[in-house]
Amino acid sequence: MRIGDFKESYAADEALFRTPTARAGLAALLAALALFPLVAGEYLVYLANLVGVLAIGALGLNILTGYTGQISLGHAAFMGIGSYAAAVAQTRFGAPFWIAVPAGGLAACAAGAVVGVPSLRIKGLYLAIATLAAQVIFEWIFTNWTGVTGGIRGINVAPASLLGFRFDTDVRTYYLVTAVAALHAYAAANLFRTRIGRAFVAVRDRDLSAELMGVNLFRTKILAFMISSWYAGIAGGLFVYFAKVVTPESFPLTLSIQYLAMIIVGGLGTIQGTLYGTVFVTLVPEALRSLTQVAQKISPEAMSWFHPMKDILFGAMIVGFLVFEPHGLAEIANRIRRFFALWPFPK
Amino acid sequence: MELLLQLVLSGVVTGGIYALIAIGFVVVYKATRVINFATGELMMFGAFFAWTAMTSAGAPFAAAVAAAALGAALVGAAVERVVLRPLMGQRTISVIMVTIGLSSVFRGIAQIVWSGEYRSFPPIFPRRPIHLGPVLLPSRQVYPFLLALAAIALLWLLFRFTRTGTAMRATADDQATAFGMGIDIRRMFSFSWMLAAVTAALAGIVIGTIGGISPQLGAVGLRIFPVVILGGLDSVGGALVGGMVMGVLENLAGGYLDPLLPGGGVKDVVPFAALVLILMIRPYGLFGTREIERL
Repeated sequence: MRIGDFKESYAADEALFRTPTARAGLAALLAALALFPLVAGEYLVYLANLVGVLAIGALGLNILTGYTGQISLGHAAFMGIGSYAAAVAQTRFGAPFWIAVPAGGLAACAAGAVVGVPSLRIKGLYLAIATLAAQVIFEWIFTNWTGVTGGIRGINVAPASLLGFRFDTDVRTYYLVTAVAALHAYAAANLFRTRIGRAFVAVRDRDLSAELMGVNLFRTKILAFMISSWYAGIAGGLFVYFAKVVTPESFPLTLSIQYLAMIIVGGLGTIQGTLYGTVFVTLVPEALRSLTQVAQKISPEAMSWFHPMKDILFGAMIVGFLVFEPHGLAEIANRIRRFFALWPFPK
Repeated sequence: MELLLQLVLSGVVTGGIYALIAIGFVVVYKATRVINFATGELMMFGAFFAWTAMTSAGAPFAAAVAAAALGAALVGAAVERVVLRPLMGQRTISVIMVTIGLSSVFRGIAQIVWSGEYRSFPPIFPRRPIHLGPVLLPSRQVYPFLLALAAIALLWLLFRFTRTGTAMRATADDQATAFGMGIDIRRMFSFSWMLAAVTAALAGIVIGTIGGISPQLGAVGLRIFPVVILGGLDSVGGALVGGMVMGVLENLAGGYLDPLLPGGGVKDVVPFAALVLILMIRPYGLFGTREIERL
């Protein structure tokens, strides 16, 4: 399918989507995304919104963990900071959403810069534990700084609006979320074709060699934390407009773990993998839910199995991918693509 | 003054239990360099094993503890063999995530087998509270604490005086040399996990006798991170000291700061704030091995 593909210029060789098939695939994907709410039901659109928001956050985590090699167990906390900053910007200062959401991103970015500081001295396991501590501390702040965060009751937020157009239904929010997610995925893919992005990868692969080649480790790691937190903050900001309310329970440690699961299932250090992983990790419990609802018609006790099975499935998914498919869904997709590279001609 | 004494003493009681949990964690880390996020869930399993032995089989407490230890050892060995061994020498994130995944699986299994309800152990210890000077300590804390201390002492004897214990220390110290001396490294890894699971099970029983058991019992497992970071990730003695210090610290913080802050919950966050400080100043902890690396 991809034979006879020769490049005649460097620009063509460096393009993000290099082959006609890839470009056609992208066009088909964009068309499918645009048409999706017209055919899908309300619930599916709601799920798509959730996937979109989480995908932005997962992209951020993959930039930090997958590409730069800095493990973070506190990604949900940054998303929370973005959410609260956006909610406060809107409710206290009356900022429109196109200011409130980036404000969330910037707030998370600033927090990321602070949390990133220990990464200079500690790495690996220790950094994972430090970010775990950040998660616990921020969660506590969300609950206890009642003057700003509203404590457990949280903050209610009005829907976003742009030039009089109100994003008040799920379908309308869908277009907003999808556009922002696509933009961020595009930016992330491009990031790794720049000096900064390559420096991230160099730091992951061997920090000492990176330093010797002139990469400023401190600046690079902090930058990775900031960019990653920006993504989380934007995800948080959008989440506010999608959920219409922000409470501390929305950003528990389990969400941080879920983010890590997404990038592991999808593939560490790949952009498309992140998207596959987000869809997979979000939709598997939903598939289980539908299955349980069917089973409930046969045996009324089935519903009590849903939560335990969800836990088991989630854990088994992480363990299974790590043991059997450590490069994630992206690698499976590549394998399929390689199979079709010469198709229908034999190798 | 009396409040201070009361807080310190109940802090020591909590700390003893933390120390026991942390030791199991450190044993695995020392031998295999794996951070075991499933420690809490292994505790929960141990507590449920003992509970089942006591309520269903009517076993006496000592027999139930032995049964729980045996069950936990089997779980530990299985985990090591099936999940951790294929991942040996893999990236840090894989090793971290695999134990997190396991903890989720364990929680799910526990909910199916024992349901999500709260259970409590049949009464085991005498109920009379214990007077220690001016301080009154509830018996349901003191006896479990003594139990934890006994378990720690037993572990110390095991490490110090048995052949297997010595081999495990040798493996943790220097794998290549230990291997050269004819020690079966893989078996030591397996033993470490079994021992960690047994320790966790004992800790789970101790906690279960104090506050009851449910599949959510494993949440306590997170509390060991400040403990092991303070003590040093690879130091058994450090786990003991770290446990005591963190137990006292969180009790003092809870006792004195909680009334000042409207939301409360200071107890849960202060150890983690301390954890961040320790990581900034002395990441290898009080007694951990110093890994020198300049960047």
